[in-house]
This record gives sequence, structure tokens and C-alpha cells, in this order.
Amino acid sequence: MTTRTMGEPIPRREDPRLVAGDGRYLDDLGRGALAAAFVRSPHAAARVVDVDVSRALEVDGLVAIYTYEDLEGPMAEPLPLLIPHPRLHAGRTAYPLANGVVRHVGEPVAMVVARDRYLAEDACERIAVAYEPLAPVVGLDAAVAAERAVHDDVPDNVAAHMVQEHGDARAAVAAAPHRLELDLSIERSASMPLEGRGVYARWDAADRSLRVYSSTQTSTSVRFALAVKLGVPVDRVEVVAPDVGGGFGVKIVHPWPEEVLVPWAAIRLGREVKWAEDRREHFVASAHERGQRHHVSVGFDDDGRLLGLDVEFLHDNGAYTPYGIIVPIITATQLLGPYKPGAYRAEFRSLYTNTVIVTPYRGAGRPQAAFAMERTMDAIAAYLHRDRAEVRSANFIQPSEMPYDHHLTFQDGRPLVYDSGDYPATLDKIKKLVGWDEFEAFREEARAAGRRVGIGLACYVEGTGVGPYEGAHVRVETNGTVVVATGLTTQGQGHETAFAQVAAEALGVPVERVTVVTGDTRRFKYAVGTFASRAAVMSGNAVALAAGKVRAKALRIAAEALETDPDDLEVADGMVRVKGAPEREIALETVAVLANPLRYAFDEQTKLATQFVVGRGAEDPPVAEDDEPGLEATDWYSPVRSTFANGMHAVVVETDPETAEVRILRYCVVHDCGRLINPRIVEGQIHGGVAQGVGGALYERMVYDENGQLLNASFMDFLMPYASEVPKVETDHLETPSPLNPLGIKGAGEAGTIPGAAVLAAAISDAEGFFIDTMPISPSELWALREKEDG
Amino acid sequence: MNEVLHETHLVVNGVPRTVSVPARRLLSDCLRHDLGLTGTHVGCEHGVCGACTVLVDGRPMRSCLLFAVGVEGAEITTVEGCRAAGGGLGPVQQAFQDCHGLQCGFCTPGFVTTITAWLAEHPDPTEEQARQAIGGNLCRCTGYQNIVASVLRAAELIREQEAAR
Repeated sequence: MTTRTMGEPIPRREDPRLVAGDGRYLDDLGRGALAAAFVRSPHAAARVVDVDVSRALEVDGLVAIYTYEDLEGPMAEPLPLLIPHPRLHAGRTAYPLANGVVRHVGEPVAMVVARDRYLAEDACERIAVAYEPLAPVVGLDAAVAAERAVHDDVPDNVAAHMVQEHGDARAAVAAAPHRLELDLSIERSASMPLEGRGVYARWDAADRSLRVYSSTQTSTSVRFALAVKLGVPVDRVEVVAPDVGGGFGVKIVHPWPEEVLVPWAAIRLGREVKWAEDRREHFVASAHERGQRHHVSVGFDDDGRLLGLDVEFLHDNGAYTPYGIIVPIITATQLLGPYKPGAYRAEFRSLYTNTVIVTPYRGAGRPQAAFAMERTMDAIAAYLHRDRAEVRSANFIQPSEMPYDHHLTFQDGRPLVYDSGDYPATLDKIKKLVGWDEFEAFREEARAAGRRVGIGLACYVEGTGVGPYEGAHVRVETNGTVVVATGLTTQGQGHETAFAQVAAEALGVPVERVTVVTGDTRRFKYAVGTFASRAAVMSGNAVALAAGKVRAKALRIAAEALETDPDDLEVADGMVRVKGAPEREIALETVAVLANPLRYAFDEQTKLATQFVVGRGAEDPPVAEDDEPGLEATDWYSPVRSTFANGMHAVVVETDPETAEVRILRYCVVHDCGRLINPRIVEGQIHGGVAQGVGGALYERMVYDENGQLLNASFMDFLMPYASEVPKVETDHLETPSPLNPLGIKGAGEAGTIPGAAVLAAAISDAEGFFIDTMPISPSELWALREKEDG
Repeated sequence: MNEVLHETHLVVNGVPRTVSVPARRLLSDCLRHDLGLTGTHVGCEHGVCGACTVLVDGRPMRSCLLFAVGVEGAEITTVEGCRAAGGGLGPVQQAFQDCHGLQCGFCTPGFVTTITAWLAEHPDPTEEQARQAIGGNLCRCTGYQNIVASVLRAAELIREQEAAR
């Protein structure tokens, strides 16, 4: 039992429940609830001419069928555009059910509610929807050509157009002694959590209150959105994120069509209704990301130092823009990585296509950004015949230059100012870890054995811990248990452990005594959500601040009881002690009792706090004017701006001379996310991030045909890596604390994914001797490139 | 359109159970929704992810690809049945906690059942063998490294338990 818990790799406290099958994921709840299923568009673009439900009415167990015609009031309006932006001049969102037009395969047209899911799907099959198919817009070329429009009132398909510039980048490029132009593309992928989305709603007609469980990354915001959509007072709505089987970004979008329709139906029917997304639905009706095409113009000096960088890119946002233009804004700003770009200009167009919507997936625009920047660095090094690490080093922002202002606006609307980081030290570490300087000897050795190997390096800087705020409530119970509640959600990040560690240390109690609740609006009503590597930074600091307030109150009350000064007290192992005289002590649970003067006793502990036992002076109120009963406190953390983590990946690959199969021999990561709460959890985040980076670089892509059909909408065809595809990750760390928050921490959730495409493209290029400008890359594509190179 | 129900007998985690199910009822849905054993998870419903893996007469099978009526009379072991005799964590479950072999935990039940069956026949695996053993299950969170470590740790725990007997 120790109260020193920050920085300790303690085992996760949620695990016993999850490994034993006692987790409670969305579809584990609501046994006996009615089941919803959806009729979804089989066309990428079509007018809905007629919906004939007559044959479905024969299905035993059918309860209701709804189409757009049944919706009214706010439910009949388009879903909210969550993050408006002045540059998003033509933002469009979907209706909960199609209002006469469908704009991607998978868009919901009708909802069926039945006794169970089998019967609901039976009814769906019997609903005949008459469509008038339209020619779809698929891919960036078709979107730019704009021969057809996804939305009639957006004839050029351009949802947003944005330019950010510092200095005159085009002039700087033109005046530079050396110039290069590059076209760099990344294809679509998706978060693809193993648990899809899901919603379960219970309407209490007598109480006129609604409880909704949703597999979401933000329960607090779902609550407010539902109150608006359903016309239920917000205080009659509770939203709970139960155990969530992965998110990776896709579950931050809200409210989904299904997320408003299921509670709406529950209210109308006065019955519990549940919908659990199936895998095909997740492919065609949730969200994708990554599809972008970049054109880079760069000017540099003889040492490879950037003088001007001008990046134009096209972003495929799919059929609607509910999450605004966060992804391309992140690409435009995070592209700069650890470098000083000279003059910089980024311009993007965000374009509609008749495909699934595009919203953040782990990394959120940064994998594309790192790909564009790091491939540019490699191209400069190749052009100048210099070492790739040396060229990067020449461009680094130095630790002495922190905080470093890029004079751009980040995704949170705040100035893009890096708070801390030691990029030269990170580079030294990654070079040592991978054996950068010794690689040529290995290459020669391999070549002599008929093997083809290559090495790559990629760097990134990641803005983490975006605002606006998170809060936490910490309470000491009269049995000594410490209960922590924070509003953001958990999808596998181990918050029950990490936040317990923060609270235990700040309060001075053993971590075993702390329990943590997240994502439950019954326990904490105000929060933003878990995304953008922000949970540890935001709620971690809020928990520390709230626990600090509780500790201060405990010291004050204990000082009165022990007749001493609070400054002479300390809290350790759950006891408040006089420093240097540990025999004078009082247990925290006793302080909790004293903090709540009682009229009624209900156990031995509370007897100690009733009115004939304790009491302040006869003329003092039992609770002082500026005090509150209870040993508890709420506090908030709201940073002025994001804190910037960084890291570098290096990878050694072998490419098969005959089959062009790519094998990863080494995958090395050095990362710096400030002070660590639990190194084991951070390490796990890095491993998982790398797996997704590798998947995105070598295997995963969404394949749409010209008709807008997603051809690989199953796990048979969308190749997520198994254990056989993911390399063992070798890691090393730096801990450069953030000066922006009390705990000095930075986010770590997305880091592992960001440089995946960049570093693997670099290593494969190095092995093959030609430049790779498009990712992901399959063996057959690599083989085709070889054929082309050989002429 | 009323469905014909079939009385089906299963022995689930050692307990005889009888259910009345339509012929098309998947074993995964039967376990989860008819018997309330929600530890078995459904990740893809087409037999690829392995989250729904249960042991049918000791052999790992994808319960989303089986009909409940098709395994009439079988002994089924789910993740709930992989616990220690006293109700605490079984060795594979304990190993996952020891090695941080899970994050969101959704795929974990399928790994636990698969590894339990595999270790019974491979008590002393190498790291490479351990990696191959989990090669049919998808995990989106961990990158598998700590699951490989969990396999090795579970083997160690089982050997320790057997030595103590």
C-alpha cells in the first residue's frame, strides 16, 4: 500500500471485469428490449420515389416502421453541424431518415422496430423502396470535375476552402536556390473498432425521463443533443457510455441518425428499444477518414533548410460534413511537425462525394500531414545527396526556441504555439535505438545474401489536450472510499486506473481505495469527450485539481480536530498526520464524517457526526457560511491552448525481390508525451497506434467502385492486421513536461499511428531505390511500380 | 409468420441448459441473449474477428457461424467458464491483466477461450508459437505484443499451478 502512484506501471483496475466476461458493452444491456434495424440505401445517389411497407406488416413480432414522413419538429430537420467554421461555407448534414434523396450507400431510409433483431431484419427485407438512381460522384477527380453535384445547391462540390499562410511562401519558394514539387496521396481507411456503434433507450413515461446508453466517445454532448432533438428537458435526459469496445475517433460523431431515432422510438412506443450496429452497417453507415491528395512546392538551401513551403490539398469529406473541417485543418497545421518551415502556406478544398462521411480517425489528418512533410524531407535529402536525419536536424525547432509560435490557427481556434519538446534529443535516441549510423553495413550484408532491405525515419508533433475544458468531482466516503467522477468517456484507455492514480497521489490515499466513473451524465454533467489525445491531459488535471481541493479541506477539518495548524499536517496512506508526530493522526474517513454534520446516524461511523457528539461553537452554524457539507470538491481544467507531444519512428523493412512482399524487420519508436501517469498504459497506446499505422500503410483501404459501392465492406476484404502482420515495437521515451498544465502531461493516444504511412513509405523507397508517393501500398502495387521503374 | 421453435440442450460452462430457439438462432445470440452470457462478443458476424470464439467440446469455434440447434448436446465453454475453480480469474484471464493484454476488452473473450484451448496442447510455447496461436483473432487496440506476452505468462501460470498440485 503506497500513495506514490503517479508514474507507476500498475495493472489496470478495470481488467478483472473485462477479462472474465463481466464487461457491460452496449449490446450486453437491455435484455428483452425491442430491437431496431434499418433499411439502408443500396445506391450511392438516388431519389427515393416510394417506400412500400405492406409486405413487412405480415412479419410476426413487428412493432413499428418509420420513414421520414413520420418525423416532425426538430426530428424532421437535418442533424446538427457540430463544428461550424467560417470557411465551411457549404456545410451539409443528413436527415435522421432520408428525406427524398440518398447520398451514399448505407444511408438510412426506414427504421423497423420488432420483438428481436432477426424479426426486425425480416421486416427490413420486405420493405420495398423504389429509387430513381442518379449518377454518383465518387473520388476526388469526379468531385473536382463537378460534372455532377452531390448536393444540388453546391454545384462545385466544394464544402470548404481555406488558406492559412505565414510569410510569402510562394515568393520564398520561387526565390530559393533549390526547389521540388511533389504529389502525395493517402487513401481512405477507418477507425473500425471491434464493437460497432449502438444505442439503447429507456423512456419512463410516469417520470417523463429518458435514459440512453450509447457506445459513444461523448455522453454529455449526446445528452444535450438529444434534449434538443427530442424536445425533452435536458434534466430529464441521462446518457451513459457503458464499457465501449473501442472508438478511435468514429464514436465522437453525434448524434448519429440511429442515436436520435432509437430514443425517439422508445418515447413514442413507451418501450425499451435497442440497436446494435452490425459490421456491414459500420462499414457503410458510420465514418471513414484519411482520403487526401497533396501537392507540395518546397524551396530550400544547400543544407536542406526550408525557405518556403507551399502545400495545396484536396480532402474528400464524403456526403455530409457533420464534424466540420477539423481533419483538413489539422493536416494544414500539423504538417509542420518539428520543423521551422520558413514561409508557409497551406490551402485546402474539402469536397463532397457520394461516399460515407469523413470524420476523425486516430491521428485525424496528421498521418496525411506527416506523410506529406516527411516524404518532402526525404525528397530534399535525396536531391542534395545528404543523410535524411541530417536534413531533418537542420530544420528542427530548438529547445531554446520554445515556446514556438507558428503564427497559424490550430483546430481549437487557438494560436499554433508549441509549448515544449526536445527534438534533437529525440532524434539522437531514435538513431541509437534503430542503429541508423550502422545501417549501411547491414544493407551490404543483406545485399550479399540476395536480400533487399531499407530504413526509414519519420517525425511528428501532435497537438494534444485540446480544450475547452474537463472537470472532475472527488468525494471521500465515510468508509474511506474515494469516488472520482469525470464526464469524458473511456474506450479502452484505462481511465479507471490512470485517474485513480492521479487522485490517489493528489489526495494521499492508497490507489486501491479510489474508484473512477467516466462518461455517465448521472455522475458528471459537463464534459467535452474523449478524442484528440485529450483525456489524460484534461481530466487528469481536473482530477488532480479537485483532489487537491479535497485534500485542503481535509487538512482544515483535521487541523481543528487535532488542534493544530493545517500547514503542520500531511496526508499519507489515507491518514492525516501531524508532520513529525505521526501518532497524532486522524483517518480520512473520520474527516469525511466530521465534514458532514448529521442529525441522523445510519452506521457506527456516522454516529460520530451527530449533533450531540460534535458541534462547532454554540453561536456558530454547524456548516460555516463559506463551507459546504461533505468531504468532496469539483474542479475544472481549461487550458489556454493545446500541449504538443512529439516523437519519431524508424523502421527497417525487407522487400521480397520476387513477390514484392514487405516484411517489417524492426519498428522503433521514441516518443515524448511529457510526464507519464502510467507507463504501461502509455506503452500499450503506442503499440496499438503502431498497429493501426502499419495497417493504414500496408493493408487497409476503402475500395469504392465507380458506382459508389464499397466493395470491401467486410473483415474478409478490409484487411485489418492480425498478429502475423504487426511487428514487435521497440520503444524509448523522453519526458519533457508540458509547462501548460499542473501535472506536466501531454496526450499519447494517437501518437503511434501518425507516422506509420510516412515511415514505411520511406523504408520501402529506401529498399527499392525509387520514390513512393502513394499509400497504402500492397505487394502487387509495389510490383507494378518496379515494372514501371524498370521501364 | 410464426417461427418453429426447437428445444435444444447444451451444457454451458458445466451447467446443463435447455433453450427453445428458432433453427436460425446463432449460437452467439443464444448464449448472449437467451442464456444471458454476454461475455461472448460479436465483432463481425462473419467468422473473421474471432471475438465470439467459444469452446465446443473443447475445440475453439466461432459461435457466430454456428446455429444453436446445430450443437445440440455439446459442451460449450465461454469466457465466463474460463475462470478459476473458486470464481477468481483463470490463468489466461490473470495473464491478460498481468501483461496489459487488453485495452477496450471487446475482443478479449475470444482470445481467452482460444488461448485456453491452445495451451492445453502446447504447455510450453516459444514467443513465435504464441504469436501464431493468436493469429486468427483480431484486436484493434493492443497491437498484439502484450497478447503474445499474455500467452507466455498464462503458460507460466498454468505450469506453476500444476507444479503446486
